[in-house]
Amino acid sequence: MSTHDITVTVNGQTHSAEVESRLLLVHFIRENLRLTGTHIGCDTSHCGACTVIVDGRPVKSCTMFAVQADGRAVRTVEGLEVAGALHPVQAGFKEEHGLQCGFCTPGMMMTATALLESNASPSEGEIRSAISGNLCRCTGYTNIVKAIQHAAATIRATKTETPARGVAAPGKAATTA
Amino acid sequence: MIPSRFDYVAPSTLDDAVTLLREHGGEAKVLSGGQSLIPMLKLRLAAPTVLVDIGRIDGLEYIEERDEALHIGALAREADLEQSAIVRDRYPLLYDTARVIADPIVRNSATICGNVAHGDPGNDHPATMIALDASFVLRGPNGTRTVAARDFFVGLFTTALEADEILTEVVIPAPAPRSGGAYFKLERKVGDFATAAVAAQVTLDTNGTCQRAGIGLTNVGPTPIRATNAEAFLQNKPLDAGTIAEASTLAASAAEPVADRRGTEGYKRDLIRVLTSRALTLAARRARGETSNRGR
Repeated sequence: MSTHDITVTVNGQTHSAEVESRLLLVHFIRENLRLTGTHIGCDTSHCGACTVIVDGRPVKSCTMFAVQADGRAVRTVEGLEVAGALHPVQAGFKEEHGLQCGFCTPGMMMTATALLESNASPSEGEIRSAISGNLCRCTGYTNIVKAIQHAAATIRATKTETPARGVAAPGKAATTA
Repeated sequence: MIPSRFDYVAPSTLDDAVTLLREHGGEAKVLSGGQSLIPMLKLRLAAPTVLVDIGRIDGLEYIEERDEALHIGALAREADLEQSAIVRDRYPLLYDTARVIADPIVRNSATICGNVAHGDPGNDHPATMIALDASFVLRGPNGTRTVAARDFFVGLFTTALEADEILTEVVIPAPAPRSGGAYFKLERKVGDFATAAVAAQVTLDTNGTCQRAGIGLTNVGPTPIRATNAEAFLQNKPLDAGTIAEASTLAASAAEPVADRRGTEGYKRDLIRVLTSRALTLAARRARGETSNRGR
């Protein structure tokens, strides 16, 4: 057995810890940092409930060791809200009823966030493809797609007006944009 | 699920990584993207005492064309393959394949070299590499050696890799003029292994006659299978509906499927026939320039 001193930036905050080699990133996030928004679902890299963003790319944190995240920047669902304002993706899920039980939602929102950061105007097909590694057993995905379209419209509108982040969601009409 | 205990080392050079593998004999495993290895560790199907993480070694993320070949480094990710303009424009078989491996999130971590080195007949790149006549660069204590994809897959999860070697690069010959390829996979859902899949790569001469055909079969045997009989049959034949149908029947006869929850032996064999036909038809259309390499 070996332990390692790691330093990981999580949601902009630096955390140092001594971890066992076999500690999974999801356990580090949930148990060491007590950030329990990231969920453990299937624990076999299929369901995507544990999705977090590492150095800009969504990854399944049940299939990465904490020691592999040493020196990297991790973003979890807790990092979406800024100064009490919902992130456009969170606002989209709220407005479009993009969840029922909520179990898949943190992972789904992190995947959506990464998608919209690389493509602010995804087609429905591109959205469905992007979330194909995140399973939802409640919604049938339709409202999740609408929620992400809502968020995309908000982000596009914000970009043309002001570079501020985390603005309030627009009305439903914006989803057709 | 929590893996058995292991030591973890993250060397900064390939030479150090090889030295570590040699020191630990067969007890060490190479960790790159981890998308096959970590689930196996968690299920305790594998319990190496040491993981040698090559993820901290600089300069292995390349996907580049030089010396009449495409070179893919050990740390190039599947997602990088999807986003590579060279791959999209010139290697449609590779692009097709990358898009149906696991799911988009797994593809952000999973590496092409890892997909090959793992030796799982359910993985998609092995058949692709056989069809493309690729070769693999293996680095060991005595330097590097190159093994052709068609000779690399020895048995179930068994490859030509020695315990102290690392697969550092995939090399794919640049396509000759009038070449095209396609990958067709049937999966029950995104993220599943193939029920069956077929990789086809063809090169035509100016009359449309087949100069070379490469056909690889996924998940219908203990190793990826090269359909040599179908390849030989297509040599110097026009790629029309009749020859494609006959070659597809030959490819199906080369498959060695076993019944499981994805289907019966007969079903999978017939699936290979149908998927070979579709893959050859699209590969030929792409070779003739009748459709874009990204379209179907």
